[in-house]
Amino acid sequence: MGFFSIFKKSEKTEPEKQGQQESSESSAGFFQKLKQGLSKTSGKLVGGMENIFLGRKEIDDDLLEELEELFITSDIGVETTMKIIDSVRDQVDRKTLKNPEDLKNALKEQIFNILNIDNSLVQTADRPYVMMVVGVNGTGKTTSIAKMAKMFKEQGLKTCLAAGDTFRAAAIDQLCVWADRVDVPVVKQSAGSDSAAVIFDAIQSCKAKNFDVLICDTAGRLQTKVNLMKELEKIVRVAKKELPDAPHEVLLVLDATSGQNALSQALKFHEDVGLTGLVLTKLDGTAKGGAIIGIVDELRVPVKFIGFGEGIDDLKPFDAQNFVEALFDTNR
Amino acid sequence: MFATLNDKLNGVFKKLKKQVRLDENNITEALKMVRMALLEADVNYKVVKNFIGSVQAKAMGEEVLKSLTPDQVFIKIVHDELVEILGGKDYDEGKIRLNSQPPTVIMMAGLQGSGKTTSAGKLAGLLMKQKRNVLLVAGDIYRPAAIDQLETLGKQLNCDVYSDRQSRDAVKIAADALAYAKKTAKDVVIIDTAGRLHIDEELMAELVRTKEAVTPDEILFVADAMTGQDAVNVAKSFNESLEATGIILTKMDGDARGGAALSIKEVTGKPLKFIGTGEKMTEFEAFYPDRMASRILGMGDIVTLVERAQESIEDGDAEDMAEKMAKHGLDFDDMLKQFKMIKKMGSLESIMRMIPGLGNVSMGDMDEKQFKKIEAIIFSMTRHERKNAKILNSGRRKRIARGSGTSVADVNRLVNQLNQMNKMMKQMKKKLGGSNKLNPAMMRDFLKMR
Repeated sequence: MGFFSIFKKSEKTEPEKQGQQESSESSAGFFQKLKQGLSKTSGKLVGGMENIFLGRKEIDDDLLEELEELFITSDIGVETTMKIIDSVRDQVDRKTLKNPEDLKNALKEQIFNILNIDNSLVQTADRPYVMMVVGVNGTGKTTSIAKMAKMFKEQGLKTCLAAGDTFRAAAIDQLCVWADRVDVPVVKQSAGSDSAAVIFDAIQSCKAKNFDVLICDTAGRLQTKVNLMKELEKIVRVAKKELPDAPHEVLLVLDATSGQNALSQALKFHEDVGLTGLVLTKLDGTAKGGAIIGIVDELRVPVKFIGFGEGIDDLKPFDAQNFVEALFDTNR
Repeated sequence: MFATLNDKLNGVFKKLKKQVRLDENNITEALKMVRMALLEADVNYKVVKNFIGSVQAKAMGEEVLKSLTPDQVFIKIVHDELVEILGGKDYDEGKIRLNSQPPTVIMMAGLQGSGKTTSAGKLAGLLMKQKRNVLLVAGDIYRPAAIDQLETLGKQLNCDVYSDRQSRDAVKIAADALAYAKKTAKDVVIIDTAGRLHIDEELMAELVRTKEAVTPDEILFVADAMTGQDAVNVAKSFNESLEATGIILTKMDGDARGGAALSIKEVTGKPLKFIGTGEKMTEFEAFYPDRMASRILGMGDIVTLVERAQESIEDGDAEDMAEKMAKHGLDFDDMLKQFKMIKKMGSLESIMRMIPGLGNVSMGDMDEKQFKKIEAIIFSMTRHERKNAKILNSGRRKRIARGSGTSVADVNRLVNQLNQMNKMMKQMKKKLGGSNKLNPAMMRDFLKMR
């Protein structure tokens, strides 16, 4: 099943075929690309990892402590770090991990096991396939939407955007500029209008015009703003009136630069609107985005995409295996 | 979910309370927990290390060991040290250095999405309030619609905006804008710049060239309060390239614990000047080190709380409530009323954190979902019971539990909570000298006493 095969077989086979094609085609070069994207990102972790393991013949407390420091500085968070370190410490005590190489592999497995949950897109027979993109201010929602729109379009899916951020100054213009570049239509109203109404209209219009995918932008909001979170709930409620299963995907965009507050964001957004996936952006900086490990561990909501640059192609489906491999790769 | 920094530190201090005095052992233990708590609050690893070092040195002093109330002393040391790092007691940096020869040039810089454009607008609004003639400059030529965004803000603020949609040269736009400002006799020029990664050499060089072209009086590094461990790298790079003059911390209205503030201050040594506290153009404040330190330490940011409460609660209500609380203690009717007020003020968690001492009242039971349950319990009480918690014997409690579809344990918990709150009120009253009315000034004094 290809990553992009969002539509159930009986309904539409065309996009699925393409999805499969794309999937096998991309998997070969994908590891390289992800490594490129992560090269700066994982520099610290990998470099540090190498340094830490360099010349070590046995596992001692010093080694574990250095790993702990490294994990924490990668924003993995105290709790998750302790959980991972404690579990390998157990194995060290029971002598199942005999040397640093074993330890490295065990850590890899630990992180992989946390991140490795099914992250294919939710499937449906509905048209349009409605994606809602949410998050706090400035995480990169609009940019990610543009990148996703291009991906879907390249899958041969008729894609449309909804300018649901009616609040921030010029947010609608920003989405329209991107839509122009990707060459997809935008359903919009004037600034200050009701976001739920925009999205409702967009779903109706997509139904009428036979669009396959609708990606809805929403205004950035801090998870602590009760009224704004209620507004999101309203958007979901109103969308369901037009299409009972909509939104099929609710993606939370998280900034890799953010620290442990990302967990608070994920918990609250999940509680209020029910997330189906995470998008981790800005992985091209020096931030490690380690916070997602704790988030995925806690919520069991998968990372679906990662963003690693300002270019329109700098977004890829997330792959736990590749991600962990790239993080730990020592042969680069 | 992990405990908040407040809870952690309160745990530490509770432990200390049981000890007769500080010694090497219990200080080490307490510091360990402070360390963990700070790390969880996203304070950078190395910054935490330094912080712990200096607290330890001070806590080990003889004066402390002889003190009769070591926990109080320890709290004070941690708090003072935080205040010190954040800017010190006599902090007066929430200001823009105005050039005696206008125009004063201010340049914004920071990562993508940190809030530069919004902050530029807010700063313009603040300066306009001080009767300055401000020019905003749309220097972000990369992000789609960034120019539109600044122009929209300019319209809202009624502030002149300089832009050049044809130009692809951010340096030239800044220089041209400065010339325009001189011609039109502006007092202040605020240059918005595109967000960029600190490791993007090309774009960082562009910022340096812009700086050289317009020689800003202020270069403000804009950082997101939610930033994690990487805050040190980002702040350091920006500061090294540009030699910033100050820092703006944005998105402070969220529940981020703001460890980044400590980290950034520590690595750059530059003053934190302003904080962004909302999306409205007026939600912009001077930075206060003591408020921030208190908030981080769970000593509560009562000043901010009172300010926020004043906005969302009608004056009469608050006065009545405060007076009643101080005179007679709370009853269940007050609890209901409080819930309503709190709901108006924002998230329960963020409110609770601001109230001194409430960090250690078990508020875990009082999340928003619990509201309904508690309401049900109170609604199942008679009017008399609501006013007189004392008469709630086991028979009454059983009846209330049945009536509200909860358990006796739930009812007990609620009664205990009320008792705890009243106990706290009494303590507070005692410390405030038995006054019958609580007001912001007293709250401030109360904070200082701790």
